[in-house]
Amino acid sequence: MEKVGVFICTSCDIAKRLNIEDLEAAARDQGAAAVYSREFLCSKEGREFIESKIKEDGLDAVCICACSPRVNWDVFNFDGVAVERVSLREGVVWSRFPVGENGEILEDDSVEYVEGVSFKDELMALAKDYVKMGVAKLQSYQHPVPYKPEDQISKTILVIGGGVAGLTAAIESAKAGYDVVLVEKEKELGGFVRKMKAHCAIKPPYKDIVPPIVEDLIKEVESNEKIKVYKGAQIEKISGAPGMFDVKIKQGGKEIEERIGAIVLAAGFKPYDASKLEHLGYGKIKNVITNVQFEEMAKAGNFKRPSDGAPIKSVLFVQCAGQRDENHLPYCSGYCCLASLKQAKYIREADPDAKAYIIYDYMRTMGIYENFYKNIQDDPGIFLTKGKITEISEGEDGKVKVIVEETLLGETLEIEVDVVVLAVGMVPVTAEESVLNLEYRQGPALPELELFYGYADSNFICFPYETRRTGIYAAGAVHQPMTIQQAIEDARGAALKAIQCLVAIEEGHAVHPRTWDFAYPEFNLKMCTQCKRCTEECPFGALNEDEKGFPIQFVTRCRRCGTCFGACPQRIISFKDYSVDMITNMIQATEMPEQGYYLYRLLAFVCENDAFPALDMAAYKKYNLPVSLRIIPVRCLGSVNVSFIKDAMSKGFDGILLLGCKYGEYYQCHFIKGSELANRRMENVAETLQQLALEPERVTLHTVAIDEVEEAVKKIKEFEEEMKGFDENPFKGW
Amino acid sequence: MANSTILVVGGGISGVTAAVEAAEVGYEVVLVEKEPTLGGRVAQLKWYFPKLCPPACGLEINYRRIKTNPRIKVYTMTEVLGISGGPGNYKVRLKKKPRYVNENCTACGECEKVCEGERISEFDFGLRKTKAIYLPCPFAFPMRYVLDKDALAPGDLERIMQACKYNAIDPDMKEEEFELEAGAIIWATGWKPYDATKLDNLGYGKFENVITNMQMERLASPWGPTGGKILRPSDNTPPKRVAFVQCAGSRDENHLPYCSYICCLASLKHSIYLAQNDPEAESLIFYIDIRTPGRYEKFLKRAQEEAKITFIKGKVAKVEEDPETKDLIVTAEDTLSGKKVHEKVNMVVLALGMEPSIKGLEISGLKVDENGFVITDNGIIACGCAKMPLDVMTSNETATGAVIKAIQTILRG
Repeated sequence: MEKVGVFICTSCDIAKRLNIEDLEAAARDQGAAAVYSREFLCSKEGREFIESKIKEDGLDAVCICACSPRVNWDVFNFDGVAVERVSLREGVVWSRFPVGENGEILEDDSVEYVEGVSFKDELMALAKDYVKMGVAKLQSYQHPVPYKPEDQISKTILVIGGGVAGLTAAIESAKAGYDVVLVEKEKELGGFVRKMKAHCAIKPPYKDIVPPIVEDLIKEVESNEKIKVYKGAQIEKISGAPGMFDVKIKQGGKEIEERIGAIVLAAGFKPYDASKLEHLGYGKIKNVITNVQFEEMAKAGNFKRPSDGAPIKSVLFVQCAGQRDENHLPYCSGYCCLASLKQAKYIREADPDAKAYIIYDYMRTMGIYENFYKNIQDDPGIFLTKGKITEISEGEDGKVKVIVEETLLGETLEIEVDVVVLAVGMVPVTAEESVLNLEYRQGPALPELELFYGYADSNFICFPYETRRTGIYAAGAVHQPMTIQQAIEDARGAALKAIQCLVAIEEGHAVHPRTWDFAYPEFNLKMCTQCKRCTEECPFGALNEDEKGFPIQFVTRCRRCGTCFGACPQRIISFKDYSVDMITNMIQATEMPEQGYYLYRLLAFVCENDAFPALDMAAYKKYNLPVSLRIIPVRCLGSVNVSFIKDAMSKGFDGILLLGCKYGEYYQCHFIKGSELANRRMENVAETLQQLALEPERVTLHTVAIDEVEEAVKKIKEFEEEMKGFDENPFKGW
Repeated sequence: MANSTILVVGGGISGVTAAVEAAEVGYEVVLVEKEPTLGGRVAQLKWYFPKLCPPACGLEINYRRIKTNPRIKVYTMTEVLGISGGPGNYKVRLKKKPRYVNENCTACGECEKVCEGERISEFDFGLRKTKAIYLPCPFAFPMRYVLDKDALAPGDLERIMQACKYNAIDPDMKEEEFELEAGAIIWATGWKPYDATKLDNLGYGKFENVITNMQMERLASPWGPTGGKILRPSDNTPPKRVAFVQCAGSRDENHLPYCSYICCLASLKHSIYLAQNDPEAESLIFYIDIRTPGRYEKFLKRAQEEAKITFIKGKVAKVEEDPETKDLIVTAEDTLSGKKVHEKVNMVVLALGMEPSIKGLEISGLKVDENGFVITDNGIIACGCAKMPLDVMTSNETATGAVIKAIQTILRG
């Protein structure tokens, strides 16, 4: 930007503790075209004042030196003008205080900080650095230009899977005005539910058994002109990117190509392979069958013992057959309790004299489905107990003998029944195959699968549809173990996300989480050394590689985390509004004290979503941070380039702290691996530091969650103490 | 022509999700919340299960999405009185309560310093007091104070008005009624804890050391009344042995006939809080069924590894207090052994079930079932815990799904 205007607010203790004239001078010194200070900048009058000065002075950028960027966002927003917020309130006057000998906070800033230097001097040095960094940032800023692909954009939604979830996603998308291509592996639509006789009600009061909803859904799909259906078909390959996916579909001997905008993955589940449940008699005893086989019998209206065709008069259901078992499926399948209750009712309705037993560990009829449980419980012919099955063996006359221990009656039961039904669980189709067959450098499947037993689930509780592949949203039993009712809701959500992705592409901004972001990384490939760090480290698989190892960029796959920009040793990747040069210029804009005063200078790169708000919270509580510390918020620690560390070290900073999100199994980083990658990169920095004859411990990374306000402050203070243990950076003042 | 605005009622996690998801498809959204801040129930939680991560993290992202999206208009302290019209053209009557603090407020906090009057913090379920002028919660959105005029001490108003340099205090604000038009309505008013005093055998309200699960969240929260230390109310000591009473109100024809979905998981999470507070602390969980569906099974295992938990299958018959120590004696029948058990504990946590927030309110034009859950009706789409008891993840699935139904309502015209 050419003409940067600086506006300094004097309210909220800013003028009380800072010398405004000196700040104005610092702004001019950095090259600001116009500098103003005024009380109560966030008032209507304040805003009008800024607007009038933008006009009068022809400003193309404004640096608002007032409160945190997290507040008054809407106030300091001026059409077409670049805005940078310098946090003098939370970042300086509310969070840096002089301390007495006993660590108590003092009121008087004029106290001596080090010999010959007052606390006020240091506070001003901090505020001046921040003002200059703000101006420097704007000087390197360029307005983002929305990405408009040259290729033809498709707004068609691909739905993979024609079960309840897939059918619902297709219908809902079509009703919202979008064209749909639905690909079903089987020859018929309807998935698993079509093979069922009935299911639990999906509407209030959720207590009855109803005929499968799926027939209606199939009719609706097949009569909808906006939905094109490929049956007996599979996805051969998906290449390209959201808005421009090229999908190869194989149907019989044919190969069909479709251009697709976004994808709903609703490939469903397979029942767990009961042949692995020999310990429960399956495969050894003919009259031990699965809930899938029992459902088939029910649908055919033919309840006969497999061994001899005799009518079934008694059934025992074994819950958690394979589920919640580390040797089989470690998770609960969420639907089997309801399924067995329903199937118990089948046999009771088929033969009022028949008896059903359900042996469970925990009866899991979640939430409103308690209504269904109660409805079934009222039937005296259905016997339910908690218990452990210790033996299943062949009894007399073709019966199966079951021994149940630890029951609710406190006794061991021996029950003989015609048939034992194993309530087997769900295995997502993606546990065994990628289904998507993505032509991505990082592999054909969703990276989440390994975290969630093969389910295409999201790591984020708040954002259940966020996979690491943009434009691909999972729904139904491939997403999480779930009931039919939930699968319908889930499919609607996934369809909405697919539509939303198409809107984002049309408007030229990112999808979750940086939905406001119109900038994207730009690569200067002339300087690329084909090191492949960017293509390997991109959390979202946005980059492919050509045969020479150069990155091939797919902007609509990108989530704008800047991990590539952080990874690149050649510094060839930058965003219009966020670049390596920008951060370097910010570092350069700070002023270093001379050696020998022991005025330490520390720099922190801080995650703007978690650690930065935590430090704002610290300011509201008036916790004290070291006055030596300068903070640069970054979108993710993954976007911290090693060169920033070198720049800061050669500038004279005595220590550098990286504050990011927790990593590991329960990672909190919304860009997946930011702090983990930064940690790895910093290990390499150690070597560079040694070459500069600096201690590698001068660069430290800590993780904090957004609520760990006290911990964040404590870690920063400890860091300062540690840095004071070293001598001053010899580069200081050069 | 249908009105293309979507009204989202309720600013908890479901409502916030619905609002941002809808706005990011290009629709104008009005989000109304009856409290002075967005965030709803999740803002009161220390952590979510199963990741044990703070809800503020996701709220921060969502608030940023709201701040950067001019299509979303937020009204706090606003409630819906009634709905008329039909799909595509609803007319909604609303009531906005006075905040007595206007948009000039910079949240500088000077008013709070001079205010003497106090009020009980509902946000902390009565576990502490705030000043009469207060920030609704530390992570408030919008970041603005609110004044409870009834709690002012003599002279407070003058002091507050003098302390505020920004002319932000407006004691003459009035309650307003107004009307909005919307093409579709997403109803996301969420839940409230069941009234624990109705469970008279469990001692809530009678014995100091019987608390609710939501109070436990506030005790564990680093931003809560005890700064995150779990201390029992009678003497502020860390409890060594805590009983969790599952299905406190839930799965009970006399109270809430349904299962409240989250309480088992919440008590497991609370056991981990306790173990982090004191590794020796014991949790006794009295349950009917331990309900950790799907991949939450892993969380059950994690809780068993990280906390000292004893599971007792049986419904708690009564809770009594030892008047001297203020310890509690919990009586239940262990249905596995058939024996009566009496356990002495330092604190009892009632795993209260959820009730729809709007239960008992008469809102014309809104369909509810006999439990007070909202029934989707044409262009009025229920989601989250206003629809049925759910966890956060599933609530957000329903909230996202509700948006597509709202859009279809508008497209139908």
